[in-house]
Amino acid sequence: MSRTVSTTLPTGPVVRTARVSLRVHPRTVTGVVVLLVVAVVLGAVALTLGDYQLSLGQVVGALTGTGSRAQQYVVLGLRLPRVAVALVVGAALGVAGAVFQSLARNNLASPDLLGFTTGAATGALVSIVVVGGGPAGTTIGAIVGTLVTALAVQALLGGAVGGYRLVLVGIGVNAVLAALNNFLILRTDLSTAVAAQSWLVGTLNGRSWPEVVAVAIALVVLVPVAIAGSRRLDLLGMGDDMARGLGVTVERTRVVTLLVGVALIGVATAAVGPIAFVALAAPQLARRVTGTTGPGMAAAGLMGAVLLLAGDVLGQRLAAPTQFPAGTMTAAIGGLYLVWLLAREWRAGR
Amino acid sequence: MTGARLRAEGVTLAYEQRTVIRDLDVAVPDGSFTVVVGPNACGKSTLLRGLARMIKPAAGRVLLDDRPISSYGPKEVARRLALLPQSPTAPDGITALDLVARGRYPHQSLLKQWSVTDEEAVRDAMAATGVIELAERDVGQLSGGQRQRVWIAMVLAQQTPLLLLDEPTTFLDIAFQLDVLDLCADLHAGGERTLVAVLHDLNQACRYATHLVAMREGRIVAQGAPGEIVDADLVRTVFGITCEVVPDPQTGTPMIVPAGRETRRHRREGARAEDPVGSGALGDT
Repeated sequence: MSRTVSTTLPTGPVVRTARVSLRVHPRTVTGVVVLLVVAVVLGAVALTLGDYQLSLGQVVGALTGTGSRAQQYVVLGLRLPRVAVALVVGAALGVAGAVFQSLARNNLASPDLLGFTTGAATGALVSIVVVGGGPAGTTIGAIVGTLVTALAVQALLGGAVGGYRLVLVGIGVNAVLAALNNFLILRTDLSTAVAAQSWLVGTLNGRSWPEVVAVAIALVVLVPVAIAGSRRLDLLGMGDDMARGLGVTVERTRVVTLLVGVALIGVATAAVGPIAFVALAAPQLARRVTGTTGPGMAAAGLMGAVLLLAGDVLGQRLAAPTQFPAGTMTAAIGGLYLVWLLAREWRAGR
Repeated sequence: MTGARLRAEGVTLAYEQRTVIRDLDVAVPDGSFTVVVGPNACGKSTLLRGLARMIKPAAGRVLLDDRPISSYGPKEVARRLALLPQSPTAPDGITALDLVARGRYPHQSLLKQWSVTDEEAVRDAMAATGVIELAERDVGQLSGGQRQRVWIAMVLAQQTPLLLLDEPTTFLDIAFQLDVLDLCADLHAGGERTLVAVLHDLNQACRYATHLVAMREGRIVAQGAPGEIVDADLVRTVFGITCEVVPDPQTGTPMIVPAGRETRRHRREGARAEDPVGSGALGDT
């Protein structure tokens, strides 16, 4: 029963100043630092790879403005924007995945499995085919497409549900939207169709600074909102009554975080086309690295950036000179990951 | 009559179409251990959820410290009143300490997440519930009784004068039930804390409650000290069973001894025609 215990709690390191007090989770800090280092190293490696092989020293030279004109063109004009696109889009997908998974209290509730990504593509295609496109039009179309899909899926699911129902609804929604996408492409003339089709594959090929800037702006605006909301999302995981009892504004938290996730998916998809499985895998792998239970937005974002960059590098170099689009690579790797995940859930009897 | 920081005035509580409680008045006496009893689906949990502003009343109002509870900010309420719902979900792999620490949320801000006060509150709550030794254990791996203690520690860490517990003993074996109820009695003993709990076992309710609220079909049938209100008539009105009420040999509080099977069957067949018991619902509301 109640006894006087003078033990100190195993809280781990605590930072306290006049205005700030935080518990520091050492493994999260290490995990985030490791992911940052991996991202930088992978980025540097990506800058050296290609038809025109460069050494790391030559890359640094080009970056600092001491290399030859050709080297500067290859590094700054071609490879750096592609690496940057991979990083920002991957981060957007990772954070969005973390948002949706904790909103639905389900690890399988990722935007690609639920058809949000396909919905974003539908929105963008409508904008390309019907309205004529343009970057702004595609982005708005993708965001609207994601939002409509998200609302439709939510209506079909009616609340947080178990894994298999979620996956089945996702398969249905994906099938309908994929058919719609095909129909939209068939309706249009050849050149638009080819452009739309190559975008639908999900590739970083030919993407440059405008895409980087668009996604980066979205990250700067939306990720702080996601991070600020992540504690509330965490509390929502204990049930609505429990969260409300602790003073969480349940409905507002849901709406705000849902909109953040939708906007991130929309912007990312508009930039490079639908990329599969990064949003599914990044938050889960990030949690494995940091050993935490919550959404962990920062780690999920970094993990997403690393995954997409790795997928793109692999796609470029695996069977060079044949290039696989990053979307195809992530789909291939992610598909295996999903099979493993489902098999594990199955054995756990969920 | 002592004061009542928490009370409901003419509240109607409904889920979408179904009205569970209509025009109900109730006051929770300050410093009491109030226990709500009644048959399944009589509205006990709904009442508790209404008092804790989980459901917005369709009519009437809930008053907290003489102000409508709806006029407070969400965290403001959470610093005065804590609710432990019937079946909260512990996140996968969370430690007992991290779970209890979540009870501090209404006292924290984005930058101030672990002040000295927070740490003291969590330590006190875990000491009072005897779960300090479990601090680093995974909540999912704990026994049912230990887990319930951890959850109670979490709402205790909220440091609220009012504590609402929805069926804290359900799914526990008898030893753990008594353990949790003893803990509640301890928490109440200081006198500064008011406890409200929904319980299923009438005898336990009579033993531990200082104020008993008996409900049936969304109405309060009787309320007061168990020794003053519990008799065979009340049990028959509330639960529709025939019984004898004798003093508990251990505590002297009323103890309900249901009549034998044969006696009950005769009485029930007679009673059913005039007074059907409306307890056919699946879940408890």
